[in-house]
Amino acid sequence: MRPKLQILQPALVDRILDEAFELLRTVGTKVGSAEAVELLGSAGATVSYDAVQLPKTLAQRALETVPREFFLYSRSGQTVVHYGGDDVHFDPGSSCLNILDSETQQPRPALSSDLMRMIQVTEVLPEFAAQSTAMVCNDVTSEIGDWYRLLLVLWFSDKPVITGAFSIPTLQVMLGLLAADSGGTEKLKLKPRAVFDVCPSPPLNWSQFAAQNMIELARASVPAEIVSMPLAGATAPVTLAGAIVQHAAECLAGITIQQLANPGAPVVWGGAPAIFDMQTGNTPMGAIETAMLNLGCAQVGKSLGLPTHGYLVASDSRELDAQAGMESGGSALLGALAGINMISGAGMLDFLACHSIEKLVLDKEAIASAQRLICGVQPRAETFALGAFAKTGLHGDFLKLPETRALFRKEQHFPSAVIDRRADPEPRSLWDRARHRTEELLATYHRPQISPGTENAMLAIASRAMKGLATQHLPGIESLALI
Amino acid sequence: MRQSVIDGAPEAASALAKEAIGEGLDPLAVIDSGFVPGMAEVGEQFAKHQMYLPDMLAAAEAMKAALDVLEPALRKMGEERPTAGTVILGTTKGDIHEIGKTLVGTLLTANGFKVYDLGVDVAPEQFAGKARELNADIVGVSALLTTTMRGQRAVVEAIQNAGLRASVKIIVGGAPVTRRWADEIGADGYAKDAISAVELVRNLLRDKSVRATVSA
Repeated sequence: MRPKLQILQPALVDRILDEAFELLRTVGTKVGSAEAVELLGSAGATVSYDAVQLPKTLAQRALETVPREFFLYSRSGQTVVHYGGDDVHFDPGSSCLNILDSETQQPRPALSSDLMRMIQVTEVLPEFAAQSTAMVCNDVTSEIGDWYRLLLVLWFSDKPVITGAFSIPTLQVMLGLLAADSGGTEKLKLKPRAVFDVCPSPPLNWSQFAAQNMIELARASVPAEIVSMPLAGATAPVTLAGAIVQHAAECLAGITIQQLANPGAPVVWGGAPAIFDMQTGNTPMGAIETAMLNLGCAQVGKSLGLPTHGYLVASDSRELDAQAGMESGGSALLGALAGINMISGAGMLDFLACHSIEKLVLDKEAIASAQRLICGVQPRAETFALGAFAKTGLHGDFLKLPETRALFRKEQHFPSAVIDRRADPEPRSLWDRARHRTEELLATYHRPQISPGTENAMLAIASRAMKGLATQHLPGIESLALI
Repeated sequence: MRQSVIDGAPEAASALAKEAIGEGLDPLAVIDSGFVPGMAEVGEQFAKHQMYLPDMLAAAEAMKAALDVLEPALRKMGEERPTAGTVILGTTKGDIHEIGKTLVGTLLTANGFKVYDLGVDVAPEQFAGKARELNADIVGVSALLTTTMRGQRAVVEAIQNAGLRASVKIIVGGAPVTRRWADEIGADGYAKDAISAVELVRNLLRDKSVRATVSA
């Protein structure tokens, strides 16, 4: 039996959804996109000067056409990520501006070379089902910041990608890159390799960009992952239940816009909810209440039968220390027990302000433990102990039993040397172990084989997107002398 | 043969050994060139975390199955397999834990050492007596408890008092044991696990043989 955790009583889920529908009907949501307003108004929403009120029936109709599950595929067309049911996957946190420097252990602006290293480490770790466009590369102009990250991921990885656009024109570039990678827009629709995070602004504001983003993705039939971010006590009601209501209302509004644009387009009930720390004014991602919010939000989405996402496995510590291990490890376990389909956040420190490849390597261990946990305690033989005792008697020589050898790999997870289980005469610090492991992993990385035709198609798109820009610099791609 | 050891398949190893004898092959060559490379491979894979203790034990069992066929055949020819060294093993007085010590013994045997296991709850004088009787090269003393690890010092003293200290190397191991403890009690070596113990014994005997050559 698989262990599961539900943080909300069923009756509470019903009340949360009732309030969310009521919130949309009475207060409504801001919608910045004229096209989205038109779609909603034509479908029966009440459009006023500064908000759009959605009748419950409208949102419910949208829910009826949403796919209950979908898959993300690898470059070779293998199903890798199953969004749906209680399947659990992990990817690194995304869009971080800074990196914890591997030499100095100090934060600094992230560069393309940092993102490339993180992609390569993520690629060789099976615990991460998907890549993310993890960092904003500060060595390229911000005008290409979003699609350039995706290009690097596509260039160095075969895995599915959790990504997101910074503007509508660049969203089209990203969709073009993905279509080139898949072999055409129709193939991309059939076997999507990426999901796009789309973020409403709390409270209840679907900005021009966010709403239009949902529409464009829907029309391309590319999955959208709504990342609603209520901050309990600041941009959302202070109670956890209140923030979960707001999250639900924001997701319902986004889904309604998306389904009106293209019924049946895939969507994820996702988020990065957090509490607002009343002492410091920070948004602690490692707080237990933040984890509780993530679990509650996901449970509401699950009650509607939708694919889910959450933001966990991050820490607010600024270094690899006990706090980082505690916060990230704890939330990895909770997210896995809750059956959240995609859990983002691994590798992140300092309130999501800093990424760390060494922390990603540490978080992999927490994730592997969480994955082991949800495999549960399994009946693997006809008898659990009687058969073994029949062979050893009270001598207890279990180590030599054939079934020990046959089953120990299924029963036990073996962590890497990042986890200190050895009586080394000269114990190394956690940082040193993670650093060493990072280099070991990087040494095993091989760039995937990409056909020259695909590479050229992607580079042609990049080239067109850079026309008129002062810079023609593509670090990481140029360094391989490929263009 | 190599693969039967890697696979931890005693039946296959035994059958291959019998087949080799039937074909008139030199048993010593069969051991050294056929089966020993399998143990070496398993050791390497263990070090790389690609194989684990149950795999190692199964490989040792396969090795033993082959040796059970090949060593009697050698003796019939009036020969003995040259041993890599003689090792006495035991757990200290008052301590009844044996997994670690047994594992060390199994791996040492599979790697060509002659091992005499005194068992658990062994008095210091027993270690010394058996070392004298077998003209042992190494005495290995295991302890799982902080209370019983003091017995390792008593074994060092017993070997000393028996006048064997110059000819016998003493190694210690067990969960609470550290290199510092080994140094403090005057032991010659410490190993953190069974694999390192095999390497440690090899190194100590190499040093011993070098010193013997120099003094000769």
